[in-house]
Amino acid sequence: MSGTRGGRRQRQWDLRAAGNFIGGGSGAGLLLAAALEGITGGTFRLTLALGLLLIGAGLGLVWLEIGRPWRALNVFFHPRTSWMTREGIMALLLFPLGLAAVATGSAALAAAAALAGLAFLGCQAGILHAARAIPAWRKPELVALIVAGGLAEGTGLALVVAESARWPVLLALAAGAAREVAWRRYRVALGRDGRTAPALAAFTAGPARLARLGQVASLVLLAVGAALPPAFGPMGPVLAGVGGVLAFLGGAAIKAVLVTRAGYTGKLTLPAVPVRGGGGPARQAAAR
Amino acid sequence: MTRYVMVADLRRCVGCQTCTAACKEGNATPPGVQWRRVLDIERGTYPDVQRVFLPVGCQHCDDPPCMEVCPTTATRQRADGIVTIDETLCIGCSYCIMACPYDARSLTGAAAYAFGNEPIVSEAQRGTRPAGLATKCDFCAARIDAGVARGLVPGRDPAASPLCVNACISGALSFGDRDDAEGPVARLLAENRWFRLHEEEGTGPGFYYLWDREAP
Repeated sequence: MSGTRGGRRQRQWDLRAAGNFIGGGSGAGLLLAAALEGITGGTFRLTLALGLLLIGAGLGLVWLEIGRPWRALNVFFHPRTSWMTREGIMALLLFPLGLAAVATGSAALAAAAALAGLAFLGCQAGILHAARAIPAWRKPELVALIVAGGLAEGTGLALVVAESARWPVLLALAAGAAREVAWRRYRVALGRDGRTAPALAAFTAGPARLARLGQVASLVLLAVGAALPPAFGPMGPVLAGVGGVLAFLGGAAIKAVLVTRAGYTGKLTLPAVPVRGGGGPARQAAAR
Repeated sequence: MTRYVMVADLRRCVGCQTCTAACKEGNATPPGVQWRRVLDIERGTYPDVQRVFLPVGCQHCDDPPCMEVCPTTATRQRADGIVTIDETLCIGCSYCIMACPYDARSLTGAAAYAFGNEPIVSEAQRGTRPAGLATKCDFCAARIDAGVARGLVPGRDPAASPLCVNACISGALSFGDRDDAEGPVARLLAENRWFRLHEEEGTGPGFYYLWDREAP
């Protein structure tokens, strides 16, 4: 015998919280693209600065959301178990490194900032995964999706500001493909778990479908942009740039859905219900 | 060791919400925030339907998911198992609310009153809870501590027991030290069949639900 009560959609974290995951993920991707530009001898300052700006904007949005913003420094008190604290520590690390790289033009500092950015992105994935109340966020496949998604969004956006070259397009294409694989694995995992049906419904609704369309279109545009020979003039880079922007927008929209619409708590299941009375129908039913 | 737990006898609970009202009055929770709730769950299909009243709130878990994620260490666990929130540390990030499988936590908003913009007499007397912070049931820890300091026994002496337990009209709610083998809570758990919510999460809730007697 059992009774159940359906899960409830969390409404505590809104678009401001989603903005942190959007800005943090794409910012980390931009930092990676900037570091690779630096290693290959290109100019990377603008890409790096944009990455830092997006990460900062995301953190700023969270700051606007918390109930006691003037106590925000307390966020650093619990590194032993809290991914939110770890995210904050990584932010403390990546901003000085990144700003120093922008100021000096040092490729080594840019690479160090990118590593901190990747760790920051990993912490963001950990934040969602650690929320035990929300089955759709507990899936291990979500960690890969957040990381791959951030890289796809950032490396895509980097195409708008980076120097015109072929490898950044291939990087964005590879990151987009990785996100596609991660997305499919996540969807399969959601489908296997009955508790995540409401989240799955959120991902099949109109806004999420549109976002997914954008992601797939971005892959096509990136592939065409990478494949077009130089004889086609600026057509290749332009298509790739549009694909990169779509990669960012599609990823951002999916994250907004994930945080604000797919965060359902688990169903409340009663393994037993009370047996009232000494020998009436309820008792007999329990005996059966 | 002392491990304070709550026991709800589902055979006795009549869903009167007196515990809810007593908690709200005593703990001055603002409108929209309720530490102790009683869910009214209907099960089955007509005519084979059963109605279950389920008192819920913070489960004071052995391994609290809220404490794990809290970035400020505001959420803590006492040696006696009670999970508390340090209101001087909390930043109101709501991460603990996201992590609690029991939907037991709320964020306090700006000061609000039950009737209009001004507090009624009782609200003015008890004051308002600070805004922008996570809040939840603490098993009336201050009452327990004050009672223990006076030599009283939580769960036996009303002055040292949670308000919801004192208010329960049907004796459905019990409170006490689970590790006290002679205590009422340990006896209830030994003599009855019980379950805890969301056992699959491995949180080790300190809230037990009785549903039948153990077979003799």
